[in-house]
Amino acid sequence: MLTTSNLSAERRAELKEQYAEVFHQNPVKKFRPLAIVGALLAYLVACFFFFNIPQVFSDARWDRAGLYMADWVSWQAQPKFRFRDDGLELQYPRFSPLGAEPDPDWVTASAAGDAYRVDFAANDFIVVQKGLVEITKGGQRFDVAITEDEALLPANATSAFEARNGRVKFSFGFAGNIEIRNTQVRVWRRFWGWENFFFDPGSAYWGMNGFEVITMIAAGPQIEEGKSNLSVAIHDFLYNAEWQHADVFVKLLQTIVMAFVGTLFAGVLAFPLAFIAARNITRSNTANWLMKRLFDFLRSVDMLIWALFFTRSFGPGPIAGIAAIFFTDTGTLGKLYSEALENVDDKQREGVKSLGASPVEVQRFGVVPQVLPLFASQALYFWESNTRSATIIGAVGAGGIGLKLLEAMRTGTDWENVGYMVILILIVVFVFDNISNHLRSKLIGEEAR
Amino acid sequence: MGAASQSPTPKLSDATRAVHRHYQELAQTKKLYSFLTIGILSVILVAALWFANASNSGKFIDRLPYFFDFVLNFLPDDPLEIFRALFDLPSPYADGSLKYDYEEGRHYLFGDLYLPEYFYEMLVTLNIAFVSTLLGGGIAFVLCFFAASNLVGSKAVRFVVRRIMELLRAFPEIVIAGLLAAILSLGPIAAIAAVSIHTIGALGKLFFEVVENADMKPDEGLRAAGASWIERVRFAIVPQVLPNFTSYALLRAEINVRASTIIGAVGGGGIGEVFRLSLSRDHAAKTYAIILLLFVTIVAVDQLSGWLRRKMVGDQAFQFGA
Repeated sequence: MLTTSNLSAERRAELKEQYAEVFHQNPVKKFRPLAIVGALLAYLVACFFFFNIPQVFSDARWDRAGLYMADWVSWQAQPKFRFRDDGLELQYPRFSPLGAEPDPDWVTASAAGDAYRVDFAANDFIVVQKGLVEITKGGQRFDVAITEDEALLPANATSAFEARNGRVKFSFGFAGNIEIRNTQVRVWRRFWGWENFFFDPGSAYWGMNGFEVITMIAAGPQIEEGKSNLSVAIHDFLYNAEWQHADVFVKLLQTIVMAFVGTLFAGVLAFPLAFIAARNITRSNTANWLMKRLFDFLRSVDMLIWALFFTRSFGPGPIAGIAAIFFTDTGTLGKLYSEALENVDDKQREGVKSLGASPVEVQRFGVVPQVLPLFASQALYFWESNTRSATIIGAVGAGGIGLKLLEAMRTGTDWENVGYMVILILIVVFVFDNISNHLRSKLIGEEAR
Repeated sequence: MGAASQSPTPKLSDATRAVHRHYQELAQTKKLYSFLTIGILSVILVAALWFANASNSGKFIDRLPYFFDFVLNFLPDDPLEIFRALFDLPSPYADGSLKYDYEEGRHYLFGDLYLPEYFYEMLVTLNIAFVSTLLGGGIAFVLCFFAASNLVGSKAVRFVVRRIMELLRAFPEIVIAGLLAAILSLGPIAAIAAVSIHTIGALGKLFFEVVENADMKPDEGLRAAGASWIERVRFAIVPQVLPNFTSYALLRAEINVRASTIIGAVGGGGIGEVFRLSLSRDHAAKTYAIILLLFVTIVAVDQLSGWLRRKMVGDQAFQFGA
């Protein structure tokens, strides 16, 4: 702790006199930081009500939050048991991740075939039979009786139970939940991981582990006439129905292409325009002014506006994205380039001029070598940042991974696909970040970062 | 190829000739590299363009006439319509359709005084941007001191904090917005969260670099007087870095106005959303009104922030990458 208690009285007075401006500050100046902080807090509080945050939070569906987060890293199997007149029927939805004829080891039929047992964890399971569902959770047993019209809440029901409209719901936590109705019992059984990430149930490779797949490719019997096992494997992987790897890769490439082509074109066009905009190179105030206002216009009409505008006129796809990035960045790069040109060292130009060089040669040998590394570095910086922007303008219709992300999120159930795409985007951004940083530090030295 | 044979002055000494030859060789290598770079870039560019054209829903050449048609036909009935749409005044062309219902979105404040729809939406977007800058900047302010090598000795802490910042910076904003929109329903809160999270990462990085460049003499003085870590940060570092921090935060506020407009267009509310709707419904006057409003606002925010930054840290605030 700082302490001043060991100062003598006269020393204290002396210090106060010596540093009067510290001890007797102008009150306006003294309270200004406090006032600014107060004003900002007041603004936040005002916005709290402007956006009606209490209302939004009370209307929020928090139950979904956990479910959606869990969906990122886990998947569910959804068997259901229908009560028929002649007994019990086990059904899986079409296109179940478990394949066409699922026989998971966590569902077992009794010897007589009139009851099924579904395991959720070591001591958690249910036994379904006609008219009765026995739920065992942590060794404790609950019996849910099912009448003609409704399922009845057991007498010893806990908070894990929920009864509504004649249906009884029970949750096993992460492992899953069940819903018991008078006609059927539905089960949601949740598992960690991304199901069928490599091969979907339609593939011959489905259900194999990595070693089996490699053996199959290398030495297995031919799966499809006229095609090698490897090409079948690659095809089945790329056209996996659930994960759509091929489509995701194409869309990701579109996003990368949008950023690359857009920035490159912008840099190439901004380069000559910046010479016109620079005061010290083009000696015409009108030309300078016009060019600079053009840059301002391109920059200030936002990338979003350009993106929507071009999507509307060119049809959705990467061309609209390229055009949007190109327009915005011609403005931004043009502005930065012309500022850099106005700061060049005049001595080199004079030297070249004194040798009798033509005006073009003066720029080529007196100016360009000075600014080119800087220009390239700035273009690289924008390339990197545009890779990120391209994702988001893609979502408004300019194509690429952004649109695919938005579509996956709209379904509300494909969060694992969202997670997959996010990971791919993060990898691309990190890789490009490092490439760009590396190239830039080579171009203009460490301090540029 | 003998470089020396090209030399116009045969009187050069051996040593000079060697220097000259080396220079020629270096120049050759440089030229080769330049051509290679340009060649590779061109190949990538052509491939990329082909790919973009092939995967677009309309081919570039085929779509070009439609593009000009769209630009030429997408005009308001008369220029004044733009201002009627902007200020929610009744239109003489009103035919009961959505296209001319300018009065529809008025926000009455009291009595007959109203805030035109687009001004209100612009206000929403601006508030999203400023609130996220404040929230994100506040969190980045706290985090940045833990990422600075001159304040935190532990490499592990710095590593973790920096990676967190990188992750927050690179995480796609629409995913955060989309996830929250699914939970909180569509609206500005999702946009605030998305933009704030990105702001933490972006400002955090700039902030800790400022802190690392701070003069450590005041810190030594305080350390000698026995100050705790928090006191050293508060009295030695913060006063030095605050002007730069504020300057960066203002710059970020400019960027966030644009970001929150875009997030709005994908479901975050605000001006971005009404813009997307009016453009997709072919409401020319409304669209131009919004473009005008956005343009003026963005220029105004840029100018205001530029003026404040210049006041705070001088011209240094405008140097690239500073």
